[in-house]
Amino acid sequence: MSEYKNLLDDPEVLRELIMDHYKYPHNHVLKEGAGYKKIHMASASCIDDITVQADIENGIIKDINFAGIGCTISTASTSMMTDLLVGKTVAEAKDIVDNYFRMVNAEPYDAGKLDEAVAMKNVWRQANRINCATIGWRAMRQMIEESEGSHE
Amino acid sequence: MLDVNKVRKDFPFFTSSPDLIYFDNGATTQKPQCVIDTVSEFYTLGAANVHRGDYPLSLHWDALYDKTRESFAKLLNCQANEIVYTAGSTHSMNQIAYGLQKNFLKPGDVVLITENEHASNVMPWFRMRQESGIQYEYIPVDKQGNIHMEDAKKAMHPGVKAIAVAGVTNVLGAKQPLKELAALAHENGALMIVDGAQSVPHGPTDVQDLDIDFLGFSGHKMGGPGGTGIIYGKYDLLQKMEPVFLGGGMNARFEACGDMLYQEAPEKFEAGTPNIEGMIGLGRAAEYLLSLGMENIEEYEKDLRAYFAARMKELDNVEFYNPDNAYGPIAFNVKEVFAQDTGSYLAANNICVRSGNHCAKILHEVIGTDSTVRASLYFYNTKEEVDRFIEVTKEITLEKAVGIFF
Ligand SMILES: Cc1ncc(COP(=O)(O)O)c(C=O)c1O
Repeated sequence: MSEYKNLLDDPEVLRELIMDHYKYPHNHVLKEGAGYKKIHMASASCIDDITVQADIENGIIKDINFAGIGCTISTASTSMMTDLLVGKTVAEAKDIVDNYFRMVNAEPYDAGKLDEAVAMKNVWRQANRINCATIGWRAMRQMIEESEGSHE
Repeated sequence: MLDVNKVRKDFPFFTSSPDLIYFDNGATTQKPQCVIDTVSEFYTLGAANVHRGDYPLSLHWDALYDKTRESFAKLLNCQANEIVYTAGSTHSMNQIAYGLQKNFLKPGDVVLITENEHASNVMPWFRMRQESGIQYEYIPVDKQGNIHMEDAKKAMHPGVKAIAVAGVTNVLGAKQPLKELAALAHENGALMIVDGAQSVPHGPTDVQDLDIDFLGFSGHKMGGPGGTGIIYGKYDLLQKMEPVFLGGGMNARFEACGDMLYQEAPEKFEAGTPNIEGMIGLGRAAEYLLSLGMENIEEYEKDLRAYFAARMKELDNVEFYNPDNAYGPIAFNVKEVFAQDTGSYLAANNICVRSGNHCAKILHEVIGTDSTVRASLYFYNTKEEVDRFIEVTKEITLEKAVGIFF
């Protein structure tokens, strides 16, 4: 475990991770199913145009997928997110998402909770790319919040 | 011939940012000192509204404000009263489109556009179809955005009441055959409308020779201040066209019963307090361009672009979309690298370009990709800058593009 943690400090490894998730994004096919909610994210200020879908049942994130076009950062960050949040409870997921947003906004965060997504830790240095690093995560945050609303 | 080293001295940008290469001139341009001085004079000497003051300060700005029409009359070879002030091409193209809705176009009439157009020459027509049943159809273009007259003739039919195209397109730099298109339009009783945002700043435009009916363009893309633009229209057509904005300055009279009487053109289109310092500064920019000579500007840029294109062809890591066009931007992608990643990599190397779909969101139908990197030149750019751009671009790989984050 600690060896793995060290790996995630190595810029070479992080760069490879981003390239890998970009070239071969995980969970990159939308699925059919009654449980899925989806959000389409597109903005005038960038080219990214992606759809994120999630199946959240009884406070557990059962599945996340995404599709669409995006740059390395948006594709890789969303791909990493799908790996990280599936199987988590809504409460756990919210904590991870919070940490992620703190990281990309250059605020203190708990790297231990973000796994491979720490590869995005320097994106804030290119301020115009923060949007890319959060596009999928924003969609997910919204779906998590909406799932809580529907519980009450 | 233009002396670029001399020209660069006119732009403080090159002194304040000596390390930057600015290749985003399609978006906006740097400003010459004379324009900066003119605008700041308005603030330091004292601001005043135009057309309304009885005092000398107002009259002083009034005279300069009106003089801008004369500068553009020279630049476009038209009359001063055929020049309407706007906030930019977007404003111009919206005014032209909606302005035609009342006295010119009726439901079922067709406007011919292309898939190459900027949003501001597409979306107003889309909305007019939804709202008043005025239709649009596309003139096909080739892979580098050019209209061929055979295709334009085929697209023409009795229902067509206007052709509306960019003089030079904003992604691929296709220079359209405006004179031939205008002749075709007029033979068929249709109007010729031109989005001149990427053509007017870069070379001579003789609206009479081209026989254009309406032309819209931006001042800030030709060295002028932000938030400035122009509509040229043939005077009788301007008189017939309905203004979009109503308010102070454009009415002669209005009464409680609802009767309104507008001013004559061009004032009829200039409701509200205008961008006075902007339009005065824009007049100064026009005079500056005239002093350099629009022919000289065109010749210099054509030569520079040809050099740029030839150097781009040397690179095997790029896909270059418009190698054969003689005008406008260089549109490309680095193979296997997303356009925005290339843009960021260039930015990290002090090169300013734009990546994206450049407000021409339907262009992917033409070139088969959603987004491109666009390097767009102006007459102050140099071959040395092109060389440095090529050195940096040559090295770009996916790995390097991601590397800027570490
Ligand atoms: C062809 C074309 N038309 C219209 C516009 C819109 O210009 P503006 O943003 O100044 O209104 C632009 C530039 O952005 C353009 O390139």
